[in-house]
Amino acid sequence: MKFGILINEGPFTHQASDTAYHFTKAALEKGHEVPRVFFYYDGVNNANKLSEPQADDRNLVKLWGELAAEKDVDLVVCVAAGMRRGIKDENLADGFRISGLGQLVEAGMGCDRLMMFGD
Amino acid sequence: MAEYDFDTEGVKKTFTFMNRKAPYGTVYALEVLETVLISAAFEQHANIVFADDGVYQLKAGHDTAGIGMKNFSPTFGIIEMEKEDADEDEDIDMVWRIIVEKESMEARGLTEDDFKVDVEVLSAAELADIVDASDCVISG
Amino acid sequence: MLHTVNKSPFERNSLDTCLRLAKKGSAILLIEDGVIGAVKGTVESAKLEGAVGNHPVFVLGPDLKARGLSEDQVIDGIKVVDYAGFVDLAEEHGAHNAWL
Repeated sequence: MKFGILINEGPFTHQASDTAYHFTKAALEKGHEVPRVFFYYDGVNNANKLSEPQADDRNLVKLWGELAAEKDVDLVVCVAAGMRRGIKDENLADGFRISGLGQLVEAGMGCDRLMMFGD
Repeated sequence: MAEYDFDTEGVKKTFTFMNRKAPYGTVYALEVLETVLISAAFEQHANIVFADDGVYQLKAGHDTAGIGMKNFSPTFGIIEMEKEDADEDEDIDMVWRIIVEKESMEARGLTEDDFKVDVEVLSAAELADIVDASDCVISG
Repeated sequence: MLHTVNKSPFERNSLDTCLRLAKKGSAILLIEDGVIGAVKGTVESAKLEGAVGNHPVFVLGPDLKARGLSEDQVIDGIKVVDYAGFVDLAEEHGAHNAWL
């Protein structure tokens, strides 16, 4: 099965990105595909390379980037939501790309399930 | 990472956009509407649903001058126009419904006359069936 | 349809709205702070005690544990699943409807 993932909140303040990450990992371990993860609203903050959590805490920005590299997951940051929140090419973390909202609709159309994680 | 190449030729899905929050206290209302408009470009079917405090998004007479925020309610006029164009044009296969949950509307002392656009008012039971039949749900 | 509720019934009306708008027979999974709704012996327990007759109801185990809640505190009829189980529910029950 193909799962599309939509993440509406940034790392740390809400659990949404954590839950989405664990779901995504579990889906991939079961042999499903996760072709695209779309970051919208404050979810764009998951792509901020300047994020520096404490050393003994999880680093979701890095975790998503590593998952993208290992499992070829397309991590997309919404350009409009990103602009509003200061996520641009110059501070975009490894593994992410910036694109339009159409990429979310396309994921909804092309995947078997669109899973949403927010506040 | 490379852009994933989806094959969406001929795909027609029904998206439910579930709006449950009042406008302006949070941004969810506005950013869901942006997604609604993008879905028109893909000619997908949409249920644009207003429940709980989401009904206040549709209320006529938003005046945001005092809070210094952009009044996004004109977007509903655009959505209504997209819907009407799709309804009237036989070449467009796109069914959009603008739905208000009756229980939420009545709990807040509102009627259909309070809204900026024409809506379908459905009971929770009717709405449950419609939402259950949709392919994707995006909430704001 | 798979409905998830991620907020406690003490905090928000998301569980109420979910139960009002979830078609009978559709699945409900409590996640994140929503797991609090699955606990026995609270003033909110009746909501899900009533729902288990109409829906298969599940709760995410790791979120219970994180909040110091144990499986034997879960309302009878609610099944505990892990993230792999969450994926299975999504596969089995169709479109995802996240009540936030």
